[in-house]
Amino acid sequence: MLAPVNVSLESLNLMTLAPMLIPIVGALLILVIDIIKGGLDKTMYVVLSMLFLLMDFGALVDSAAAFSADGTVMGVFDVMLIDGLAILSQFIIVGASLLFIPLALTHKRFHEYSYPEFFALFLFMISGFQFMVATDNLILIFVGLETASLALYTLIAMHNRDKAFEAAVKYFTMGALAAGFYSFGAMVFYALTGSIEINQIATVLAANNYADIGYVLVGVVFMLASFGFKLSIVPFHTWAPDVYEGSSAAMAGYMSIVPKIAAFVVAMRLFEFLIHSGVIWLEVVLYIFVVITMTAANIWALVQTDVKRMLAYSSISHAGFVMAAILIGTTQSNSALFLYWILFSFTNLGSFSMLWMSRQKHLPAHQDSDHSYDKFAGMIKTAPVAASIMGLFMLSLAGLPPFALFWGKLYMISSAVTGGYTVLALIMALNSAIAGYYYLKLIVYMFMKEPVIGNDGHVYVANATLALKSIIGFAAVGTIFAFVALNPILEFVTAFVYNSGY
Amino acid sequence: MIDHILSILIFFPAVAAVFGFMIQKDSIRAYGTAVAVIEFALSLWLWFAFDSNAAGMQFMEHIALVPAFGINYILGVDGISLFIIILAAFFTMIGIASLTDTKNVKNMIITLLFLQMTMVGVFAALDAIVFYIFWELSLVPMLYIIGAWGGPLRIYASVKFFLYTFAGSLVMLVGILFMAYFYFQATGVWSFAILDWYRLILPETFQLWLFVAFFFGFAIKVPMFPFHTWLPYAHGQAPTIGSVILAAILLKMGTYAFIRFSLPLFPDASVFFMFPIAIIAIIMIIYTAMVAYAQEDVKQVVAYSSVSHMGVIILGTFALNVEGITGSIFLMIAHGVVSGALFLLVGVIYDRRHTKMMNQFGGLASVMPRYATIFGIMLMASVGMPLTINFVGEFLSLLGFYQQSHILTLLAGIAIIVGAIYMLAAYKKMFFGEVTIEENRNLPDVNKRELIALIPLTIITIWLGVYPKPVLEPINNSVESIVQLMHDKSQTEEAKSRIPNLAGKIVISKASQEEAH
Repeated sequence: MLAPVNVSLESLNLMTLAPMLIPIVGALLILVIDIIKGGLDKTMYVVLSMLFLLMDFGALVDSAAAFSADGTVMGVFDVMLIDGLAILSQFIIVGASLLFIPLALTHKRFHEYSYPEFFALFLFMISGFQFMVATDNLILIFVGLETASLALYTLIAMHNRDKAFEAAVKYFTMGALAAGFYSFGAMVFYALTGSIEINQIATVLAANNYADIGYVLVGVVFMLASFGFKLSIVPFHTWAPDVYEGSSAAMAGYMSIVPKIAAFVVAMRLFEFLIHSGVIWLEVVLYIFVVITMTAANIWALVQTDVKRMLAYSSISHAGFVMAAILIGTTQSNSALFLYWILFSFTNLGSFSMLWMSRQKHLPAHQDSDHSYDKFAGMIKTAPVAASIMGLFMLSLAGLPPFALFWGKLYMISSAVTGGYTVLALIMALNSAIAGYYYLKLIVYMFMKEPVIGNDGHVYVANATLALKSIIGFAAVGTIFAFVALNPILEFVTAFVYNSGY
Repeated sequence: MIDHILSILIFFPAVAAVFGFMIQKDSIRAYGTAVAVIEFALSLWLWFAFDSNAAGMQFMEHIALVPAFGINYILGVDGISLFIIILAAFFTMIGIASLTDTKNVKNMIITLLFLQMTMVGVFAALDAIVFYIFWELSLVPMLYIIGAWGGPLRIYASVKFFLYTFAGSLVMLVGILFMAYFYFQATGVWSFAILDWYRLILPETFQLWLFVAFFFGFAIKVPMFPFHTWLPYAHGQAPTIGSVILAAILLKMGTYAFIRFSLPLFPDASVFFMFPIAIIAIIMIIYTAMVAYAQEDVKQVVAYSSVSHMGVIILGTFALNVEGITGSIFLMIAHGVVSGALFLLVGVIYDRRHTKMMNQFGGLASVMPRYATIFGIMLMASVGMPLTINFVGEFLSLLGFYQQSHILTLLAGIAIIVGAIYMLAAYKKMFFGEVTIEENRNLPDVNKRELIALIPLTIITIWLGVYPKPVLEPINNSVESIVQLMHDKSQTEEAKSRIPNLAGKIVISKASQEEAH
């Protein structure tokens, strides 16, 4: 006989679910609206999604206030874990989504936005990511991850080009493999400790003093491979450039930010306690992964002929750079991770939006891909403002002061220095120098070459609408004036990370 | 307003540049000149208000930027940076005023104004991160100037320039972060303020490593042998205005940073590395002088001679005594004036003939007498003839190093003779003999616009050569305080003996001054 379960509603703390439920409600509402009256314009869905995201943002502000007052909140049978990391990463997820969704309001008509399902899936995906970061339960992480990933595969495929299908299938295959690895790794940890909560796993492992280190390593290998795929860590990165190339530029920019921050948070929860408790092997492997990811991706990016592929490799390299924070594992490095990612989302979304704005429906004869370097030759002569903004984003990505990403790099390298990783700090610095070359290559094309004959500059703004321009302007202002907001962001992030015990 | 003069000096050109986008194309030249003249007048006002008897920082400004991480916007100026700031304002002014007809002149002038912001910023910043911001930002306008207006290999040259310097600076950034971390460990507070760092005494091993990290950033910028390979390309491809600013101001950032950072922060390491660096400097002087002698292209001659003279500046800096450092700072200004003028002069002949090959000239003295005269004066200044500006600096630098090593100073002195040989040879090839090439027969002499730039430079060359005191005195005061700081901070026996103790001497000189009154 099972004893009846008596749980007071109070102790469930259902309010912890509010930020995740808001986008779900929004998604369902969009589906319902489509059933009642089909054929509505995309603008309505865009604005509706934005409203729900804004509400979501408001709910997050609420939980942030609760966190600063009372610290970490658990809820729903202690499955939900609303700590500083969860709140910070949800801010990034929802904030970046808010910047992304208006990019649907293009001048030209694109296939995917004519379906209301696009927006419903989008909102489902966001709630998936939110669940993923707001728990330390390995099963809920898995559920969130898969919800989000499945939605994302579909979103990519909806771009409705041959390359988009290829990208979606490729991403799906790799994602399925990663999911397999993840569940196997989780199973090993469960078998070892009898628990699926990361903090319980840590306690049990510490209690028997890592007696079964061999099995722990097996679990770690699978987890590492799984997150390697999600974070596109070399050598698990092979899908990334193709998927970025196949999906629309806006979606590619989105993919380089939001799924990764979610995976970073989980990796932070899982790997840092392992490193801190002296799993040397993991530290060595992570060190190698970080260095290889930064360096190799940079070198591949050097030889790309398409700007979008270059940016794809550059995102991989940035992910490697940020992965160093998890290796270092101090409060400063974890704060640096969030700081870096906030600044990176501005800059990277901005640069991908610039590509999105210049998206053509049909390729002219001299171009062999959507965003080849040639297309941007002499842009300063035909579209000076657009060229300057694009140059700005490139300089920021290269880490040139005082633009946004410089501060992220500064704080990250500083955390390596204070964490005692001197050689790593030097490698990170020199990698920024290598990266300088390919960002500069685009600047060279834009500012120093002659335009292709017949290019009157219209191509760069072919897709421009007020919405796109505002997003890009917003990103550009954020990139230039990052130093103004830096101190409050840094204090906020550090307080939240520190109070979550990382 | 005078309290914020440094911020105004930095951001006035930048704001003017932003507004410059609105100006109609034909009026932009006048606008640029006006802005640069105002900027120069402001810098003269700074000199006027500057108290040349005080050794410390003046016109300090302090705004918290990222207090959580110890980054503050701190500005200040002392005798060391004052004249370089004035020089930067001066060269931007004559650069814009004498700008020859270029395509996209509007973009060029706006870029120059942005460049001016970064140049003044580097020399006025007293916070390592703010310094680093301007240091890195200065690469972007120069990249654009070389890459968009340069010669056939401009893209290669500009990218090489950018990446070389960028890579060096990033190593320096790691050094800066380490320095801040050591300060944090010692005091419990993050700070990037240079004046705070001055108070920190580091163990010698830390000093050595940090010195090396900073050295990469500075040495590439100077550029010191063997990191100098980007410079001949940059000079060879850059338009005249680019070469002028590069040689006159941007290279000085490296040598200035040695004096501002390396010497007072790491006195023991400076003594440790004194002879290795002196040897590099002497190789740089002799080797580049010989390379200069082998050049066919007159601009390359000037470029290599410029590297050669930078060697003398480094030598003077690492004499680590008042004469040497004062001499090297004076030589920075002198070198700025003279090499800037020489590049302008090369630009004059390039505009007329569109070639820089010396075998295309010959006998120009009879065709362009005024041009030949000014070129002659600048050339004499460049080889360090007494009563010209370079002589004062070179003499003091070598005098300073003579106290550390006789042999090395002798070698450096010989190199200056080599300098005279290649310069005079180049002059002979270009100006003396018969006019052999028909096109050269009817070249117009220097015109008014070019004279606007060249005459003030000639006057300064001779004036400061004859009477350097107004510039030397403030420099000397600030250098004395830095040398004293180095002596006090140094720990090893060798450093104590190599860096002179001025504590007694300053009191005496003050007393004698009072008596004189």
